[in-house]
Amino acid sequence: MKARRTVAAALSVLALTAVAACGKDGSPSASGDSAAPKAPGYTVKSDVKLDASPVWAAAKKKGKITIGAKADQPFLGFEDVTTNTRNGFDIEIARMIAADLGFSADQIDFKTVVSANRETSLAGGQIDLYVGTYSINDNRKKTVSFAGPYYIAGQDLLVNKDNTDITGPDSLKGKQVCTVTGSTSITKVEPLGAKVTAYENYSLCVDKLLTKEVDAVTTDDAILKGYAAKNAGKLKVVGQTFSTEKYGVGLKLDDKALRDAVNDALKAHEDNGDWKKAYDATLGLSGSAAPAVPPLERY
Amino acid sequence: MGILFEDGNFSTFYHGFLQTIALSALSALFALLLGGALAAFRVSPVPVLRVFGTTWVTIFRNTPLTLLMLTAVFALPRLDIHFSTFTFAVIALSVYTSAFVCEVLRAGINTVPLGQAEAARSLGMGFGQTLGLVVLPQAGRTVLPPLSSVFIALPRNSAVAGAFSNAELFSVQKVFDEKGYPIFMTFFWIALAYLAISFTISGAFRVLEKQLAVAR
Repeated sequence: MKARRTVAAALSVLALTAVAACGKDGSPSASGDSAAPKAPGYTVKSDVKLDASPVWAAAKKKGKITIGAKADQPFLGFEDVTTNTRNGFDIEIARMIAADLGFSADQIDFKTVVSANRETSLAGGQIDLYVGTYSINDNRKKTVSFAGPYYIAGQDLLVNKDNTDITGPDSLKGKQVCTVTGSTSITKVEPLGAKVTAYENYSLCVDKLLTKEVDAVTTDDAILKGYAAKNAGKLKVVGQTFSTEKYGVGLKLDDKALRDAVNDALKAHEDNGDWKKAYDATLGLSGSAAPAVPPLERY
Repeated sequence: MGILFEDGNFSTFYHGFLQTIALSALSALFALLLGGALAAFRVSPVPVLRVFGTTWVTIFRNTPLTLLMLTAVFALPRLDIHFSTFTFAVIALSVYTSAFVCEVLRAGINTVPLGQAEAARSLGMGFGQTLGLVVLPQAGRTVLPPLSSVFIALPRNSAVAGAFSNAELFSVQKVFDEKGYPIFMTFFWIALAYLAISFTISGAFRVLEKQLAVAR
């Protein structure tokens, strides 16, 4: 009996620690303060006819559109597992597109797809669209189609707020710079004389940055702004981009009807100010002002 | 198919290949030494050593390698222990593999008839001599097949190190993916390279088995 009570006590202590741990560390959705800008709502179009697109027709029949996204990028494409919600700039983009395609927020079925599986998921039809820091490049255009770009990112540097000696790519000589395994960011900072560390994901890099074991984290500024927003007051984005990554919406190869529709949706929401509002409510929290809206590349 | 031979991909791939071999070879060496010592601890007459050996095996055989790697790379520096990430990876891999090597060797030691050790004792040999000259040489032959399994698993386990700042074979996949190459071709070449490593190891062990075979 006594042993059982001890076990019960131990379990409840464990449970309490687990609960306490959840609310910790400013998880993105926890920013419930009312002064922060809110993401806009989007009016769902009811008269959409897009039967030329097999992907759209199938989704309409199911009554659900499946959108692939990232789940581990704060304020960009983030899944909050405690509340089972997603938020971030990419997620807002996905929502505004879905609204213009005739799907309301609860008709979107978000699916986490890691970078390596994007092409196969789109080609295999597991997802209808992909919105998640997906750079448009010619190699990829052979296997998937792109709408957009909806954001032009550039490689940038994330440093501790009190850091003054890293001002841009030219000041990286001899500095410890962290990025993700295999990313193209490595090839851009190595020639500048930086010592590169590479981990599986950016949160490990950010951890090393917060403990000051590395001097900077480098990748696309969009991703860095998300981490700066998550660690507001501790980290900052330098703001000297030295590459160009055009983020597009991934689509099944050669579904021209859907591609045009997504491009139209992006154009409409960029023009009516939703794009800017979505930015301010997500990545804008990092303190970096919204960049110019990129011109669409229709093809 | 030919993605390996365009755009400087081959040198990336080749360096990853060498890194995997370096990681595996060094870790195999340390795991063998460490595992041998631990096996000796576990059969030794000294209780403290036996407890140490058992604890070591229990902890490191039951901890996921990723967690060990994470501990080495992220927890040790907080205790002011600083090494290169390569060294950290070798430490984690050797420590992990040594637990398996230890158990394989211990199983081998158990196959040697007790009479052998007793005979050695009655000739006046100490524990070290009994183990080193009589028991281990016999045990070693018996454990070659399971030991080869452990050492074939090692290069594949080393893929975890790629996530912790080691540009090894598996992490090459990410480089190619970022460049936008089809994932199937990338994995084809990587799988082929791992196959080559595994076949080499299993071939070496087969030769050893033939050489050391003994009629009982």
